[in-house]
Amino acid sequence: MKQIKTTLKLFVILMILVGVIYPIAVTVMAQLFFPKEAGGSLIYGSGGNLTGSALIGQPFSDPKYFWSRPSATSGFPYNTMASGGSNLGPTNKVLIDQISNRTELLKSSGIQAPVPSDLVEASASGLDPHISVRSALVQIPRVARARNLSVEAVRKQVLDHVEDKQFGFLGEQRINVLKLNLALDGMK
Amino acid sequence: MPVMEIFFDIGGMLFFLIVLTLLVKPLGTYMTNVYQGKRTFLSPILMPIENLIYRAAGIKQDEEMDWKDYAKAMLLFNSLGFAVLFLILLLQGMLPLNPQGFPGFPLDLAFNTAVSFVTNTNWQAYSGESAASYFTQMSGLAVQNFLSAATGMCIAIALIRGFTRHTSQTIGNFWQDMTKSVLYILLPISIIAALLLVSQGVIQNFDPYTNSSLLQPIQTPDGQTIANQMLPMGPVASQEAIKEFGTNGGGFFNANSAHPFENPTPLTNFLEILLILLIPFSLTYTFGRFAGNTRQGWALFTTMMMLFIVFLGVMYWSEYSGNPLVKPGVNGSYMEGKEVRFGIGGSVLFAVSTTATSSGAVNTMHDSLTPIGGMVTMLLILLGEDIPGGVGSGLYTILAFAIIAVFIAGLMIGRTPEYLGKKIEVFEMWMSVLIVLTSGILVLIFVSVALVTYAGISSILNPGPHGLSEILYAFASVANNNGSAFAGLNANTLFYNLTTAVAMLIGRFVPAVAALAMAGSLSKKKYTPPSIGTLPTHQITFVLWLTFVILIVGALTFFPALSLGPIVEHMIMHAGQ
Repeated sequence: MKQIKTTLKLFVILMILVGVIYPIAVTVMAQLFFPKEAGGSLIYGSGGNLTGSALIGQPFSDPKYFWSRPSATSGFPYNTMASGGSNLGPTNKVLIDQISNRTELLKSSGIQAPVPSDLVEASASGLDPHISVRSALVQIPRVARARNLSVEAVRKQVLDHVEDKQFGFLGEQRINVLKLNLALDGMK
Repeated sequence: MPVMEIFFDIGGMLFFLIVLTLLVKPLGTYMTNVYQGKRTFLSPILMPIENLIYRAAGIKQDEEMDWKDYAKAMLLFNSLGFAVLFLILLLQGMLPLNPQGFPGFPLDLAFNTAVSFVTNTNWQAYSGESAASYFTQMSGLAVQNFLSAATGMCIAIALIRGFTRHTSQTIGNFWQDMTKSVLYILLPISIIAALLLVSQGVIQNFDPYTNSSLLQPIQTPDGQTIANQMLPMGPVASQEAIKEFGTNGGGFFNANSAHPFENPTPLTNFLEILLILLIPFSLTYTFGRFAGNTRQGWALFTTMMMLFIVFLGVMYWSEYSGNPLVKPGVNGSYMEGKEVRFGIGGSVLFAVSTTATSSGAVNTMHDSLTPIGGMVTMLLILLGEDIPGGVGSGLYTILAFAIIAVFIAGLMIGRTPEYLGKKIEVFEMWMSVLIVLTSGILVLIFVSVALVTYAGISSILNPGPHGLSEILYAFASVANNNGSAFAGLNANTLFYNLTTAVAMLIGRFVPAVAALAMAGSLSKKKYTPPSIGTLPTHQITFVLWLTFVILIVGALTFFPALSLGPIVEHMIMHAGQ
């Protein structure tokens, strides 16, 4: 009986400590020190409208935009209510067909070089905001043509948007697709 | 430039392992001081809170428990945790902090999820962003993230006391160990980690989901136009920190640590992997400190680390080699189910760490790994989660293996086996075998049941040997309280919700109680000074012997099943189908 009482009391105390006080304290400190990050790194357009988050990818198919990675989220690509990957195994014919169809599509859009793997293989989250630098480079001619811009001008934008390995050695070099496309839209 | 790629990947992993190893001694020492009741640098702030909790809950500071009371308290505390979480999940629709208006969980899913978080498994048959309210996440699930991790630590410490006390009836006080684990170890580091995560972009707020407009509206296959993107919100960072640090692994979002709001940068990835491995590796040092001979702890550390590095190497090689079936016209690493910011190196290190412990968080989709890569994750789970294993549970599992190793060695040289001066007798062997074999037996039974029932096989996503791997992985994961999945398997069915819940319960609490029973029996024994026939357990011979025993038990139990799943798939893949 005494043990049951102690169990109840200690559980309630610890539940309030780690389940109420802890998350609220962290929220207060987070909002104080890192309000933008804590709020989702939101990006606002020129008119003040919300155009997404710097961390969450968006789908693109228009030739004038750089295209993101394939997304396997259910319903439609980059569905934020159903994050996740395809979960297709490496020998599954469905996967191999998907990859070769995407490769064909990219080739028909004018990419001559071998297609970078991240452009034809779906991400883990289905919301990957990045593509590899090579994946951006191979898309430059298409984007330049669609926007009537010189290849050089687009190339400069791409190179300006390369995010380096963190501290020079962690993770991979990458390009945030949404940020790059917003910058292109902002060009005169 | 593949050479540079490999250089950066391997360099990054080495750097990581060095940082980890350097932290083992300070954290291990700190934990020793906490559990021995010595003053630490946090005592001035935390001691008053600790005393307040004891007074409020009616816990006597000088009272100790024998193993039966300790086990009873542990089981009571966990039962209450289950009941509360189960109710929160069922009644979610009526509870506060639910801006999206999610309804309560269905009965079988609520049962499965409550069991899952109480057993430190965090198997998730639901999808966080579309099913769980902020209250459920932070006051239901995250509470168990703390308490289930602390439970594992209590049991590990009780077993350590069993080895290091002599002719003692008691093995500590569960209430105090629980309070200390949460207050001195889990909470302070989680606060710091959560803030570091926020600084990198992990979200932490109570806003409702926010609607933003897509830069380019898209057409769905069935002709609808999607012009908006709903951005999920929530108190993610506070949960992310303890999810990793307590080797829980249950993601706030469905994509878990692959989700950019949970793991936005290479630095958060580094930090999260570090959090996963810190306590399990550091507890070996705590063990050595308690035993009065840190070399005993380093021997266990070395065993774990050697196996860890071997598996890391095999998996890196396999993922780096990629999938030969996609080659023509495509260039670069195999990225299906991986995120660009982590690349192969950051994905493989995470995958090995999460399955070598009982974490189960993922930053890459294990179902899409290459066959050998997937097999490594499965094998790490099947080896019993002890290299380094879950928070606490890893230590008591490897100690059970150590006892078995000492026993077999004792049989070979014809002496009574001893470990840390304690004679290993029939009872300790029984308990060790229970700890080591319970999960393996569960896996084999449940996989067989699933394979011969329609309910079992109808959840499979991928055809062929990969389908077998999905089921094998599922039961390996739940029976060992890992929680990651070959997520193509549709787990939210009555069959899987019930079978996995039973496997999680048995896989968690049978070894846990066995460890406490062993602690009780060991603490009563006298100390026997080492003699000429004693096998030294702090030398390289023992490290190699222990490694061998772990591998033999794992390999003999699971080789047939692994051959039919990943190994066959590997051959199919290389034969070009």
